[in-house]
Amino acid sequence: MLSLIVFLPLAAAAVLVGVPASAGKRVFTGSWVTVAAADLALVVAAWIGYDLGGGLAYEQRLPWIPSAGVSYHVGVDGLSLPLVAVTAALFLACAIYSLRQTHRVKSFVLLFLGLQTVSLGLFTALDLILFFVYFDLSIVGMYFVIARWGHGRARQSALTFFLYTFLGSLALLLGFIGLYLAADPHTFDIVALTRTNPLAGGELYGALVLLAIGVGLAVKTPTVPFHTWLPPAHTDAPAAGSAILAGVLLKMGTYGFVRIAMPLLPDTWRQYAGVVVVIGVVSVLYGALVALAQEDFKRMVAYTSVNHMGYVVLAVGAAGLAAGSDEQARSLAVTGAVTQMVSHGLLTGALFLLAGVLHDRAASYDMGAYSGLAGPAPVFAGVTGLVVFASLGLPGFSGFIAEFQILAGSLGPATVATALALLGILITAGLLLRALHRVFLGEARIPGAPESGFTDLKPSETASIVPLLALAILIGVLPRFLLDVIEPSSATLIGVVSS
Amino acid sequence: MEALVWLLVAVPLGTGAVLACTGRRGDRPAPAVGITAASVTLVLAVLAAMSRPAVSVPLFAGIEAGLAVDGLSAVLVITVAAVTLFVLWFSTGEFAADEPRARFTGLMLVFAGAMLVTVTATGLGVLLMGWEVMGATSWALIGFWWREPHRVRAADVAFLTTRAADLGLYLAAGAALAGGVGSLALTELPQASQPWMAVLTAGVVVAAVGKSAQLPFHFWLSRAMEGPSSVSALLHSATMVAAGGYLLLRLQPLLAASGWGEPVIAWTGAATALVLGLVAVAQSDLKQLLAASTSAQIGFIVLAAGAGGVAGGTMQLVAHAATKSALFLAAGAWLTALGTKALPALRGAARRHRLVGVTFTVAAATLAGVPPLSLWVTKDAVLATALKGSLGLYATGLAAAVVAAVYSAKAAWVVWQPEPEDAESGWDTEHAGTREVPAFARPALVVLAGAATVLGALGVPPVARALQALIGVGSHSLPKAWELVLSAVLALTAASATWWWGDRAVPVPLAARRWLGQWMRFERLAELLVVRPTMTLARTLAAFDDRVLDRVVMSVPAAGMWLARLVDRGAETPVDGVVRLVAQGARGLGTLARRPQTGQLHQYYAQAAAALVVLALFLVFVR
Repeated sequence: MLSLIVFLPLAAAAVLVGVPASAGKRVFTGSWVTVAAADLALVVAAWIGYDLGGGLAYEQRLPWIPSAGVSYHVGVDGLSLPLVAVTAALFLACAIYSLRQTHRVKSFVLLFLGLQTVSLGLFTALDLILFFVYFDLSIVGMYFVIARWGHGRARQSALTFFLYTFLGSLALLLGFIGLYLAADPHTFDIVALTRTNPLAGGELYGALVLLAIGVGLAVKTPTVPFHTWLPPAHTDAPAAGSAILAGVLLKMGTYGFVRIAMPLLPDTWRQYAGVVVVIGVVSVLYGALVALAQEDFKRMVAYTSVNHMGYVVLAVGAAGLAAGSDEQARSLAVTGAVTQMVSHGLLTGALFLLAGVLHDRAASYDMGAYSGLAGPAPVFAGVTGLVVFASLGLPGFSGFIAEFQILAGSLGPATVATALALLGILITAGLLLRALHRVFLGEARIPGAPESGFTDLKPSETASIVPLLALAILIGVLPRFLLDVIEPSSATLIGVVSS
Repeated sequence: MEALVWLLVAVPLGTGAVLACTGRRGDRPAPAVGITAASVTLVLAVLAAMSRPAVSVPLFAGIEAGLAVDGLSAVLVITVAAVTLFVLWFSTGEFAADEPRARFTGLMLVFAGAMLVTVTATGLGVLLMGWEVMGATSWALIGFWWREPHRVRAADVAFLTTRAADLGLYLAAGAALAGGVGSLALTELPQASQPWMAVLTAGVVVAAVGKSAQLPFHFWLSRAMEGPSSVSALLHSATMVAAGGYLLLRLQPLLAASGWGEPVIAWTGAATALVLGLVAVAQSDLKQLLAASTSAQIGFIVLAAGAGGVAGGTMQLVAHAATKSALFLAAGAWLTALGTKALPALRGAARRHRLVGVTFTVAAATLAGVPPLSLWVTKDAVLATALKGSLGLYATGLAAAVVAAVYSAKAAWVVWQPEPEDAESGWDTEHAGTREVPAFARPALVVLAGAATVLGALGVPPVARALQALIGVGSHSLPKAWELVLSAVLALTAASATWWWGDRAVPVPLAARRWLGQWMRFERLAELLVVRPTMTLARTLAAFDDRVLDRVVMSVPAAGMWLARLVDRGAETPVDGVVRLVAQGARGLGTLARRPQTGQLHQYYAQAAAALVVLALFLVFVR
């Protein structure tokens, strides 16, 4: 089942390779939408069939490189299934959004289909090497998306992105090898490593392994100070690329914390949880403050990603702090962290697609150049307004469900840090309102050719963005369907980390 | 019956959300749909108040999402639903046909629905949800006329100020969890362990004080006046500012358990009642005067919560809601008709529009604490509780009551003055007035002003005791006869003195009057102390990010390139040289080795002979 979900897009890509580019772009975009929709349907089916017990489901294990302890081992639990679902939903949204794509449609579609397999594969991988392969391939895929379909200084940004995150992935590989060597018998299997806990005791070796893995994941997340690749990559990437980069690729970093760093190195994690908390809260405040000073809409959203991912890091750090807290609070924090990944995926994905609309109409992200877009484009303004309020953590949207759990759960274990992180909520509210105010309200002003006006959302844009918003509202109003899946797994994770 | 409370919040929230999303297509049916939804909500509120439903579903791990209507909530839901209905009724006349009524009506319903969630929530989580949605909708309502930047800026100020205070509730939720109240149920909060209890109380206090526009957060209320009048009427009476008072009344046991919460809250309320009363006196804009008086009157509710008088505070909340919505609607009616809200320009407004004038005056008399109107008794009920605790509180409260009489009389005096010859020159400063009060506005005004009067019955001892039993928490003492007489005499004296004084110059330094007139310039202070430093910090960090952090990162590949060139020059060239040298040597040797290979047999023989000779000599000499 899982392998079908993962490899369906790749199989479709393999078929489409044979179709000549002259067949017309509709063939490619149409089949992309169909495949993405089919994949999402499969994920929904898997969700319905998922047993809420909290264990691994749809597990499958085949030998791959037995001599090196590597196997093709896949499965999902409550931590990964929501991310698989978000990935499938976001790729479908991007497929619909890209129906108007005109530039090199065939290779664009092929690349995104490949990226989808890679992303889904990563969230289902239960083997470190498999995880690493997907992790690296995602970087390669995104490099080409930015370099070939980006704008501005796309090549340079793409190269920076590639080299930086690739370096991070090498650190990750180093850590994985460290884990492999510590295990007896040597294995890269995540489940086996969780069970045997080879680095129990948390000696220096464990600390070094955690450092390597931590740096690798921190680059991808990204946390301060490893975030500088993110703003240029986002600014110069095409809208769909940005949405996938923010919505899916960043989650690979945070997902790595809950899937690998915490359960595989529980003792070391507890030992250094304070450091993680500090990095988290610095990311929250730094990301929010720098975003406040941005003039470029996309750069601003990119920095709010640093802020939002900072909450996740704060929560997983706080979950490792044992002193003065009970299991409920820490489990709440981890559930909040996973919810935040889901929520951020949906909302930031939507925000970047909306930024794409801005660029499509007037080829500028400069907030100072726009004003009063709510006049000519009320639907665009209304949808952006809702996404912005959702993004600043308003109840009724998914962001609140995530942030409330994170903050309420983390306050006990990490009091001062969480109290400081609360300020991030206020700064985010300020900066997003400011952006909304500047771009959409007031007298209408559009850069470039004002006589042509500003067209409101087109059908493909509405059909791709509004469902993401609808999902965020669904989670915000009726969160149980999601939390029922996440909670048992986060309780299990807390059990592993605190034992 | 259990479904009742779900319906109670779902009807306004659902209808409002749908209406707000219909865009301009919904403008035509919006008023009718809005009034219908508000009426249904009122019916549901009354039914819920009678049947007292309570529901609960899981929200987070170990935390339930519960809604319940108990005694206190019963009073609140009816107040909220009733005021919403009348304000919506009034607003049908406020907007021209081409204005986006669907957005307005939808947002008002969501706003009221969020307040209903807040007052029926049984736990901090759900309460915070209603609380925050209310704040966000207030942003959208204050900035309703979004084409005018100053209105949107005002909305930003109001939202960010209240949200800054709202962080207190996030803090409180975390502290409750850490302090052992895993369910976050409001009734269990007083059992939190120290030191979390202190954090919890502090969070609740900050959030409530901010939402209720008490000192030092009062300035946002001044900015909230940029919205339509019906928004002010709802925001200042039964919702938003009332939410802070409600939270404190609801969590009175927590304040009591914390040890320090009660005096802090009591004095905050008393100080706000007095100081904002003075601010109200100094206003020259009717809506600003009413806004400052809202802060001051809510101050009595806050004082009640601090002094332990939950019943008195609730009575004050209800009576004030009716009074203040009537006053704002009257101000709104004049604004629609005359296009101004400046007090000097409103001279004679009551004579021109008599019904509005009469209802305004009745409500103003209530606000002044004139007997036997409602606020006279409810305020005295609050003060009676305060007197039990501290004479200082009572005295401050009484002084605030005198000030209330002054500002109310001032407003009423202005509108009853003879209309000056050049009255029209002061009109139409906000927008072009219609010169007539919409027919729809009249019933709403009459009902609300009537309610403000009739609610004086709350002071009749049997009614008061019944209410006390209904709410069923907190100690409560009815005001003694001398207290009632004293406050009545003071109010009447102050009001008559003000009336007699008229608009003659007040012997107060101009600087002080200006300072009070600008709400003590707290917004400026917040701008200087919080906003500017934050923006500077943000810009500095952004510059650091671009110029330092990014450069450091980009210098890594640059250093790599430099190292590569260095290696190229320093190591590659010498190594290459050696290799070349070796190659050259080999080539030389090769050339040499080629020379004997002539292809001529005789020369090979000669070479072989020479080699054999050398070999023979070698064997002979070496062996």
